[in-house]
Amino acid sequence: MAKKNLSKQKKMDTRVNFTPMVDMMMLLITFFMLCTTLAKPQSMQLTMPSNDDNVQKEDKSVTKASHTITLYLGADNKIWYIAGLPNYEDPSCVKETTYGANGVRDVLIKHTTEEGVNPVAKIMMAKKELDAKKSAYNSTMTDKQYQEQLSLIKKGQLPNGEKVPTMTVIIRPLDTATYDNMISALDEMLICSIDKYVIDKINPDDRALIEKAGVK
Amino acid sequence: MAKVKIQKKDIWIDMTPMSDVMTLLLCFFMLTSTFLTPEPIQVTTPSSVSEVKVPEGDVLNILVSPKGQIYLGTENKNHMRAMMEEMTDRFGVSLNATQQKHFLEDAMVGAPMDKLAQYLSLEPEKMTEAIQMLGIPTDSINGGMSEFQMWVKAARDANPDIKIAIKSDASTSYKTVKAMMSELQDMSENRYQLITNLKTASEE
Repeated sequence: MAKKNLSKQKKMDTRVNFTPMVDMMMLLITFFMLCTTLAKPQSMQLTMPSNDDNVQKEDKSVTKASHTITLYLGADNKIWYIAGLPNYEDPSCVKETTYGANGVRDVLIKHTTEEGVNPVAKIMMAKKELDAKKSAYNSTMTDKQYQEQLSLIKKGQLPNGEKVPTMTVIIRPLDTATYDNMISALDEMLICSIDKYVIDKINPDDRALIEKAGVK
Repeated sequence: MAKVKIQKKDIWIDMTPMSDVMTLLLCFFMLTSTFLTPEPIQVTTPSSVSEVKVPEGDVLNILVSPKGQIYLGTENKNHMRAMMEEMTDRFGVSLNATQQKHFLEDAMVGAPMDKLAQYLSLEPEKMTEAIQMLGIPTDSINGGMSEFQMWVKAARDANPDIKIAIKSDASTSYKTVKAMMSELQDMSENRYQLITNLKTASEE
């Protein structure tokens, strides 16, 4: 009798139901996907001039008038510029433009120096060629070589041996401008590969000039 | 005519490969995730074309809210502790164990020194509300350094390699940012990382 019972063992289904486990895992994955920050935020390097008066006087270098552009960032996303050095007597040298490709970038690119060249346009062109060379299919250029050549170009030494003057941009944001305006202006410096730019305060001469020109 | 016999099939689907893949995905997300540290105030950073990443460690984050309140903090808790000790010593504020614990749990410092102890004794739920009303003062104390400058100095003392990252809302007035940067410039901190969003081609 006992023997018979043993042989008549019930055949159990050994399959385990995975569905609840899968459900739970889906939930966990969704949770982690929503809570993680995979993309790190970008950042922008900025070096400000020192407030120390002694350092400033020693390091002040003089640039040619036609190599300078001054930008005034005002309220309501407005931007004004002076090509060349500001003429404090004549407020008509302050011209209004807009942010973005058709405004301030156009001004920078089309700026002609006293040598009769458009340095920003030439430098941007050279950078574009360098970028194309870097991203070419069989490119062997290393990051270090790229950076070296890029810094040469930014200094005005083009790969074809031509030497162009470099521009100096002075950004003067007014108190009414927003942080976003400042970043947009710095962005244009990056896009136009301008190496020499500075964010400066508004001095009394500037204030008198821009008030006459209607900059707010 | 013969009756059409509907075959009764077992509709059990094998879930094993699916759960395998899911386990892998789960492990991946668990290991790669770094949780967002809650900041006192949510800010929208402006976008730029810059593709430089924020450095991994040794960063002193300075947060400027649209209203102009200033918060600062670093991810390294040991440095935060060192900063806290230096500042409490200087101002003669003594914090008990719970207050210290609350300080280290917070991602950023945002309370003026005279209100710090009071703020840290609040319930954690109330703290997140209270900090939105506070901010580190940038007024100079008796013609000397401001509390903000002292915090930055404390951070610099705790970690000489620290880099300054400024995160500010796009709508913040430049006046506020200028005042804050001017204080940093006064103590010869001239290099900053401005935290921005990557601008996509469509925004160009």
